[in-house]
Amino acid sequence: MKLLNVSGSPHVHSDESTKRIMWRVNLALVPSLIVAVAFFGLNALLISLISVCSCVLFQWLIEKFIMKVPSTVSDGSAVVTGLLLAFNVPATREMIWLVIIAALVAIAIGKMSFGGLGKNPFNPALVGRVFMLISFPVQMTTWPKPGENLFSLVSVPTTDATTGATPLGLIKEQMSQGRSLSDVMADPSLNLPSLGDIFLGHMGGSLGEVSAIAILIGAIYLLCRKIISWHIPVSFIGTAFVFSAILWLCDKTAFVDPVTTILTGGIMLGACFMATDMVTSPMTKTGQLIFGFGCGLLTIIIRNWGNYPEGVSFAILLMNSVTPLLNRWCKPKRFAN
Amino acid sequence: MKTFAMGGVHPEENKISTNAVIEEFPLPKTAVILMNQHLGAPATPCVEKGDKVKVGQLIGKAEAFMCANVHSPFSGTVAKIDTCKDAFGLSKPAIYINIEGDEWEETIDRTPDIKRECNLEPKEIVDKLKAMGVVGLGGATFPTHIKYSIAPDKKAEYLIINAVECEPYLTSDHRVMMEHAEEICIGVSILRKALGVPNAYIGIENNKPEPIAVMKAMAAKFEGIIVEPLKVKYPQGAEKQLINAITGRRVPSGKLPIDVGCVVSNVGTSYAVYEAIQKNKPLIENILTVTGKKLATQHNYHVRFGISYKDIIEHSMGSLPETTGKVISGGPMMGKAVSNLDGPTTKGASSVLVIDESEAVRAKESNCIRCGKCMNACPMGLEPYLFSSLVKNRRIEEAGAHNILDCIECGCCFFSCPANKPLLDEIRLGKNLYRGILMAKKK
Repeated sequence: MKLLNVSGSPHVHSDESTKRIMWRVNLALVPSLIVAVAFFGLNALLISLISVCSCVLFQWLIEKFIMKVPSTVSDGSAVVTGLLLAFNVPATREMIWLVIIAALVAIAIGKMSFGGLGKNPFNPALVGRVFMLISFPVQMTTWPKPGENLFSLVSVPTTDATTGATPLGLIKEQMSQGRSLSDVMADPSLNLPSLGDIFLGHMGGSLGEVSAIAILIGAIYLLCRKIISWHIPVSFIGTAFVFSAILWLCDKTAFVDPVTTILTGGIMLGACFMATDMVTSPMTKTGQLIFGFGCGLLTIIIRNWGNYPEGVSFAILLMNSVTPLLNRWCKPKRFAN
Repeated sequence: MKTFAMGGVHPEENKISTNAVIEEFPLPKTAVILMNQHLGAPATPCVEKGDKVKVGQLIGKAEAFMCANVHSPFSGTVAKIDTCKDAFGLSKPAIYINIEGDEWEETIDRTPDIKRECNLEPKEIVDKLKAMGVVGLGGATFPTHIKYSIAPDKKAEYLIINAVECEPYLTSDHRVMMEHAEEICIGVSILRKALGVPNAYIGIENNKPEPIAVMKAMAAKFEGIIVEPLKVKYPQGAEKQLINAITGRRVPSGKLPIDVGCVVSNVGTSYAVYEAIQKNKPLIENILTVTGKKLATQHNYHVRFGISYKDIIEHSMGSLPETTGKVISGGPMMGKAVSNLDGPTTKGASSVLVIDESEAVRAKESNCIRCGKCMNACPMGLEPYLFSSLVKNRRIEEAGAHNILDCIECGCCFFSCPANKPLLDEIRLGKNLYRGILMAKKK
């Protein structure tokens, strides 16, 4: 006679799965990818493709030959890491091969050394990016000018047409030479992007971070699918906005205005896709609000008083390290107390 | 629209047996009556082997405080008094009956007339409920007379009737409301009188518009019965969640509903109360849903206790479909998987649910991605992911400090986990281990 299954309740399951969540995150990253390819041309596509393939390949190799466990690459998390990693590097020709090193660091050190998806304390893509920033500072801060390669999909550019800089990098560099901010902003020779350009993403920067609007489309999709909640993005961007506004109001000649602050650099990408990584962010709403607050605060501090023009990656990684503590401090409201 | 404060999920409803009118289940040849069909100590058999029994005759006497009388649902001869393995494989004291004819006790009013007047005093009502062996039919089978004997230092303010039926598939409450609305309202009035509260609230989820309409129309003819439609959300039928939805009050950790002035009874129980008080009919049967996606016909039956699951399956569907993976007694969220089809049904059985192979096997477990879905789904505001790792590492007292005993085992955590972690299995283990630690500390 055929035996019946016996198990504890519940006997049904929602159709939720890790795989579905990860592939939906990938889908949410597509708008940014399209904008990146439109602005930075074939380089952007190649870098993304190579980054994704290397991440998947490294994870597969490590699982097969080192960990000797069944492969989990189909869950799509390595693809997310690969895409985010590509989004965090400049779209230059050198990056096409350098991104392979970044992928190795991100997957091998950032993720698999802790036991794979779910066990990593730090966002793997950011581990890869920060490693690159420290090891290859020149390559990581050489930015192609957006639009130079606009719709150049048909012809592979042999050299990078021009190198520009991110608005934040330019401002920092000029101000370190003793110029005041208003002076720098008004200088037409620097070609600083207008606010409209900034919002669309028509400026120098990492591959996927430039277009606020594309990032927001992806983020709204994730919000609707309940994969992320509003708490981290809003408190991250809100804190950065308020803090920079206070600084700007105190001294308009020394600090960048709040709108430019949140729309340039990696704040949008970081707040919507990197800080909201489930694995490395707190679980309760209170914890998430504190986490976002810390990210915003640290970003502005690093940007204004640190050596680097950009501080999003460091801020998120630092806050990743306090996530276990936030999970311990911020408990959900109990029903029965 | 009202609902409870936090958490909850919305599983696929699958109420496919909604329109199946309640049928009388035919008598089998033999039956086994378990002596503990209720929460608490088993009843003591008060018949001997070879005795003739009638339908409604007392065969198991409640001697302990937490116990309920057991009456024979059949007429015939006592074949033996022995133990019997119940549907879940546990050995329990039982009376075996060879069924002969269908002869009822003369005191039982079997006419179809509805008896509306009840002149009993509250104390007499409770005593009669005790004599008739009435227990809660919502699943926990708590003896009703104990629930309605309010301690002198407590005061009941609300009577809440649970007609939520938030479990997928189950339709017995739906059917009983459609077919016996007046009897239910009389039963509720009797319970209201027993408690001495001004109002009784009948909570029904908003996905049952027909019963809501029927009950509202009927309740209008009675004093102090209010039908309260509730927003659809599982586990609204859990006692603490229902109290919260209707009154806004919260039962504190380790306390009972009466500590916040509430008494909750199932709608099926109020029908049983009507029959016990007005018709002198002891609790000998219940309404049972027989359902499953792959079944050709869906049924709701009046089933007397003691008929084996096998007999119910044979009568309603011939044999189990070829691809059956699991048989569940109760709903898919909180019901128990039947391991012994020869086991008899009991007072608490509300359904026989046949689950197909494709849905009967759990998906492979993977790493926790700390998404927090279990925590957001928990209606008690607990942290299932944390219990899972604490229990695995046997850090039981820490789990206790995080209120593991508050868990109502609704299954929302496991249901919503994208990594398919068996969270509730681990929590159940943790609760048992923690109770053991508390007991040892007391000694």
